[in-house]
Amino acid sequence: MAMALLAVLFAVIYIEAARAEYGDVVINEFSDDAGMRPVVFPHWFHRIRFRCKVCHGDLGFKFEAGGNGINMLKIIDGEYCGACHNGDVAWSIENCDLCHSGTLNTPTQVHHSTVQKLVATPEPAAEAAAEGEQ
Amino acid sequence: MSPIRAISLVIVLTVFASAVLGAGNWQPLKNDGLHDPENPAIEILQEPGEALGVLVPDSAGNKVDWVRSLQEGLIEPRPSLDGDEEPNIRDTTVLMKNTYPLFYVRFTHKPHTQWMSCEACHDRIFVPQVDANPINMGKILEGEYCGLCHGAVSFPLTECNRCHNTNPATLGREEAATGEGTQ
Repeated sequence: MAMALLAVLFAVIYIEAARAEYGDVVINEFSDDAGMRPVVFPHWFHRIRFRCKVCHGDLGFKFEAGGNGINMLKIIDGEYCGACHNGDVAWSIENCDLCHSGTLNTPTQVHHSTVQKLVATPEPAAEAAAEGEQ
Repeated sequence: MSPIRAISLVIVLTVFASAVLGAGNWQPLKNDGLHDPENPAIEILQEPGEALGVLVPDSAGNKVDWVRSLQEGLIEPRPSLDGDEEPNIRDTTVLMKNTYPLFYVRFTHKPHTQWMSCEACHDRIFVPQVDANPINMGKILEGEYCGLCHGAVSFPLTECNRCHNTNPATLGREEAATGEGTQ
């Protein structure tokens, strides 16, 4: 009985560990083709500093990974990420590697989303992440 | 050890593990399975453990209770780009009763409006009328209605009891009859 309890406890700890990236969005609509690392957008970092409404309201971000048609021209024009990433509010676009920081070939996704965890077809990067958890 | 004591022990240990051992155990960016560890700029990015370790812990999602962290003033996210706009807080609830066999859902406007503007949900996603929205778990799991955020960035859909939070047996007679909380 004691061993079973310990097994359950450790299983819970493992399941609960390593989810800091829950909600991180990978955007890889054009990056791979351009020879750039895909963008990793950390939701956790941004929601510490801004309420959801600023981006998903005032700035017009749809609630859909890869659904906004963001490209560098729009960002340079001050749209989407460019509303802040202009060297004034946040770092400017010359710092390519700070946003384009994902592993190559990682597909566009909301990382660790419930649907991805329960039903999505495993992608190479997702499998690697799953192995890292175990 | 009796089965009841054993189960109690597991629950206590699980809560302890989630709150103490689980929280703060965020992966460094180079090990998180998303970031390229070969990217030299990764050293500049803030590590999640540094930012999240001081917030109210939670057992799901990225293990931060974002609503309580905001309400307790541990974070002060700007409500607008320039930060001088006052959020439009609405302190009402909506009771959804078509939830058998689970508990009713009591939706609380307050934490949602602390983060979101009315227009994000109304009327594009939710008609502002009780029982006028054909919500079900299938649609939510497919990312519609509540599932636009819950399961993607707000607490995940494995946390059934946080939404299905109201036992029909404990409702007052008037509320049970009308099916509504304060509107």
